[in-house]
Amino acid sequence: MAVETKVRKFLNDPALVVKESLAGLAAAHLDLLRYDAQQQIVVRKGAPKQGKVALVSGGGSGHEPLHGGFVGLGMLDAACPGEVFTSPVPDQMLAATRAVDGGAGVVHIVKNYTGDVLNFKMAAEEAADAGIKVEAVVIDDDVAVQDSLYTAGRRGVGATVLAEKIAGAAAERGDGLAQVTGFVKRVNERSRSFGVALSSCIPPASGKAIFDLPEGQIELGIGIHGEPGRRRTTLGGASEVVDVMVEAVLSDLKPSRGAKVLVFLNGMGGTPLLELYLLYGEADRKLRAAGVEPVRNLVGSYITSLEMAGASLTVLELDDQMTALWDAPVHTPALRWGA
Amino acid sequence: MITEHALDAATIGTWMREIESVIRAERDHLVQLDAAIGDGDHGTNMLRGFEAVVQALGADSGSPPGRLLVLAGRTLVSSVGGASGPLWGSALRSGGRVLGEQATFEGPELVEVLAAALASVKDLGAATPGDKTMVDALEPAVDTLRERVAAGAPLAIALDEACAAAEAGGRATIPMQARKGRASYLGERSIGHQDPGATSTGLILRALQRAVATGS
Repeated sequence: MAVETKVRKFLNDPALVVKESLAGLAAAHLDLLRYDAQQQIVVRKGAPKQGKVALVSGGGSGHEPLHGGFVGLGMLDAACPGEVFTSPVPDQMLAATRAVDGGAGVVHIVKNYTGDVLNFKMAAEEAADAGIKVEAVVIDDDVAVQDSLYTAGRRGVGATVLAEKIAGAAAERGDGLAQVTGFVKRVNERSRSFGVALSSCIPPASGKAIFDLPEGQIELGIGIHGEPGRRRTTLGGASEVVDVMVEAVLSDLKPSRGAKVLVFLNGMGGTPLLELYLLYGEADRKLRAAGVEPVRNLVGSYITSLEMAGASLTVLELDDQMTALWDAPVHTPALRWGA
Repeated sequence: MITEHALDAATIGTWMREIESVIRAERDHLVQLDAAIGDGDHGTNMLRGFEAVVQALGADSGSPPGRLLVLAGRTLVSSVGGASGPLWGSALRSGGRVLGEQATFEGPELVEVLAAALASVKDLGAATPGDKTMVDALEPAVDTLRERVAAGAPLAIALDEACAAAEAGGRATIPMQARKGRASYLGERSIGHQDPGATSTGLILRALQRAVATGS
């Protein structure tokens, strides 16, 4: 296949972008993980660990470092990356589940997209047939999706990263399958997210932007696949944008007065840290003004949409257990502290 | 009633090759439709799947038509991903199971194959007509085919009418607001665009019509 040189991306063959990137991830992090090219899965080094509950997640590629970048100590045991913005297939999920099952059960962390849910469902049925205990939790924290009854339901976005970290720490310290599953659910129930975009992204296969956003316009309520948002408006100052994000998240989360929260200010891939910290500063101030207390935070590009310029805000209402698990050691390609 | 040739394993093989060829020809169109209300990969994903199906069926020798459909469905599940992989994969597997081990089949059995495919799509995807999905093309096609075959129409003509119903169903998705799949996130902004899944369903049924015609 001829290489489309006009696409301004570092590619050899657009059809191989995922495989070649995963090989690079493994080359860079030999100490943490291995890449099984045959099955197209990323597996934590030393897996399976007997007696430890294992965490498996996966989804379309294009959201790096999610999910492969979160494989390692205190987070995921395996990741199954699909093609760009396309759910992986059940074979990958089943292979990942088999590769990490240490007899204590496997938790599937699934983002709520029709394809991910269907493929993970098929994989879980096959794993159960093979005698592996599997619990699946669907993450759906995106408040931009209204009318859940008339849509595929809320999308899974920022809370996925937080659930993987917190439940991963619970599994690492030896919690059982029900407890680890419970933490994934609790993080999902107490998190809400809202995203905005200033540009589309360009999938490698087509080499074309998914939508056009005229200069001076902003998409409100975007997902992580370049799907346009629910509403387009004139771009105001960063403070106004954060007003919209904080209002959307808090009005749905309805945190208790004085709640301690984790604030995750995420970049969509094309927005520099310079701007993300500016946004974080606004969010921190506005959240305090709204009566909640940011006690933990994560700022950076962790669940992205290729090179989309944009950001999302996730607020998680913490309790002592979740806070302790958030602080626990983690060592993965994309997140590392305490280890 | 006109006596017609029986359908067999060769019909299924031809059908799958016809699908691959029409999806290849229409890939960019499907990608454009999907970019408007989804993420622009429907044509690419379906082509990857049916390329794999043609390859898998090419390596098979002597399986009856039902088993070939099951193999095609399994191959789609293993190669497509997204929502289309499980949906079309289950559809073909369910359709194939209707035929069991029989070496040939005729119009009324083809109706049951497609009805089983439709039932599994509705079961797995939980979509109903009007949701702006492939069901909006597949259901009218199955209904039309069942009706025309029961009325004694020649299969080629009944299939042609079923395809027309699928294509009309695809066009009818334009004014609909999506309630399932990724397009549903757009709310009212999904209105005015033809659903890519309903469109490819029309193409897949046209491919079946050509495969059946080829055998005669």
